[in-house]
Amino acid sequence: MSGLLRIAFKLLVNDRAKFAALLVGITFAVFLMIEMTSLFSGILNRSSATVINIGANMWVMDPAVQTVANVIPLPDYILDEVRSIRGVKYAVPLYSGGALVKLHDGTYQSVSILGLDDTSLFGRPALLAGDIRDIFAENGFLAVQDSEFRKLENPTLGTDFEINDHRGVFVGIAHVATSGLFGVPTLYTTYNRALQYLPNARFTVSYVLVEPKTASDIAGIKRQVAAMGYLALTKEEFIQRISNFYKYQTGIGTNILLMTVISFIVGLSISGQTFYTFILENLEKFGALKAIGAKSSELVLMILFQATFVALTGYGLGIGLCALMIWLAKLNIPDYAAIITFANLALALAMVVVIAAVSSYIGVRKVLTIEPFDIFRG
Amino acid sequence: MAQAAIQAAGLNRWFGEGEARTHAVRDVSFETYFGEMLYIVGPSGSGKTTLLSMVSGILRPSSGSVMIEGTDIWNLPTDEIAEFRLRKIGFVFQDYHLFPRLTTAENVAIPLILRKVAWDQAIKEAVGDLAVVGLEERATLAPVKLSGGEQQRVAIARALVGRPDILILDEPTASLDGDTGRAIVSFVRKEVLTDRRCILIVTHDPRILDMADRILRMEDGRIVGPEKVADREA
Repeated sequence: MSGLLRIAFKLLVNDRAKFAALLVGITFAVFLMIEMTSLFSGILNRSSATVINIGANMWVMDPAVQTVANVIPLPDYILDEVRSIRGVKYAVPLYSGGALVKLHDGTYQSVSILGLDDTSLFGRPALLAGDIRDIFAENGFLAVQDSEFRKLENPTLGTDFEINDHRGVFVGIAHVATSGLFGVPTLYTTYNRALQYLPNARFTVSYVLVEPKTASDIAGIKRQVAAMGYLALTKEEFIQRISNFYKYQTGIGTNILLMTVISFIVGLSISGQTFYTFILENLEKFGALKAIGAKSSELVLMILFQATFVALTGYGLGIGLCALMIWLAKLNIPDYAAIITFANLALALAMVVVIAAVSSYIGVRKVLTIEPFDIFRG
Repeated sequence: MAQAAIQAAGLNRWFGEGEARTHAVRDVSFETYFGEMLYIVGPSGSGKTTLLSMVSGILRPSSGSVMIEGTDIWNLPTDEIAEFRLRKIGFVFQDYHLFPRLTTAENVAIPLILRKVAWDQAIKEAVGDLAVVGLEERATLAPVKLSGGEQQRVAIARALVGRPDILILDEPTASLDGDTGRAIVSFVRKEVLTDRRCILIVTHDPRILDMADRILRMEDGRIVGPEKVADREA
């Protein structure tokens, strides 16, 4: 570190009260910004849980579908038509729906049911216990061991239950990448058993899962599915579509955005004000430095360094505090949906950079206007 | 004859516009030499601080020129004027302007650090200069823990540390008692003039006038007549 920056560093950190106030302001702002956006990321991630967990590369659906839970069944012939499209390696049906499970204590529990293609079991989850082949046995279901698992009374292999006047048996305990958004347990079974056990409308295929032969076939598949009057999306596009729905067509996105902006304004106000006071208190000293022979560019460098140092330190502390809070929250609330993503971190960093830039701009303006002559005049 | 350290010619400075315009310094010319301690004295508002600022490269004159060691400083670009001040002039401000968040040694080292001297070397030299002013043991203390006289000595050490050719002191005894003030000016005189450098002091403290080699008296922005101390005392 150059001597000048070392002086700037000492001027900053040796003024402990102001340094602490600056750090608290930025740390708090970063904490709130990351907490808010992480919560939103967590919600968005969970809203796409089925898409992520099934893992199909392409999904065919009704064009009115906005989220994976908002199923509009497709006619059965669509599956055959999709299978006949050039460029499709294979296509399988997926059943996605809800049901009520009657537990041993007599209570009913809402569950989400995914019915996998009987032939391939495409999209099956990894099993923690049991044998996947047992899903073909009579009444076979898999239970997903996630934060909602306890709502099924923590079943084990062989635990039975009642679903729509049918007997069901847990033949496997599964693990998935992401839990669902709506706080209900997820069960897997075969497509045909799902149709057999659960009440259905005229059309039964919730989604057609497609594996294209090559990536270059995706565009052609999309075109031909569109010609059929339906919509084919890649996994990423479907996740984006679901995210967009929650961002722009519900109040969640707006509220989170508002909270993030408020956090930013709070951070900017505290840090800007404190940094301005810090500069004001040192203004005569900066003037003295100018009189001694410091160039304006050197003083600007000192201020930029101070603002950047405070901003980055506060940023790091804010991230640490947020990670700690999310960890503590998840220890006590298993359903707590918050994920710190690189996008969250980048957004918070951008906002911290703006806070640092505004604070330094105020400081720089003040320092550049101080005349060494004023130091002599006293 | 001694070499001229500062040659000021026809300096004028106005402030403000229209009816509010004030003529702070009026057609001032003077020279000062190496090995000389020159006082600029006069009542408040007589223009001595403005004159000091112009000759030290801090305030641009409305007209006139300032030559320091043969260089017309006001013909230099702004950054070069700052660099010139840094290398040629040491300042002791009236209120010292020491950084309360830095140690005494770090305060003294500032001119060296601005000259890009390595930190450790700058601190070492600063401690050496603190020893010269008798404050070596105070090197690690914050300036606020020092008395007024000690702070003044720290400010002097800071002005001396880069071995500038010209030392400028603004009201150096304003906050000090008579004995301390005289001791400090005497110390500066001995330190600086031994190396045949030049000292310019702005003051209106009559207790130290007898220590000057020459005195310029200012009134209403004009020099009203050079006066040698010996003549004045006679």
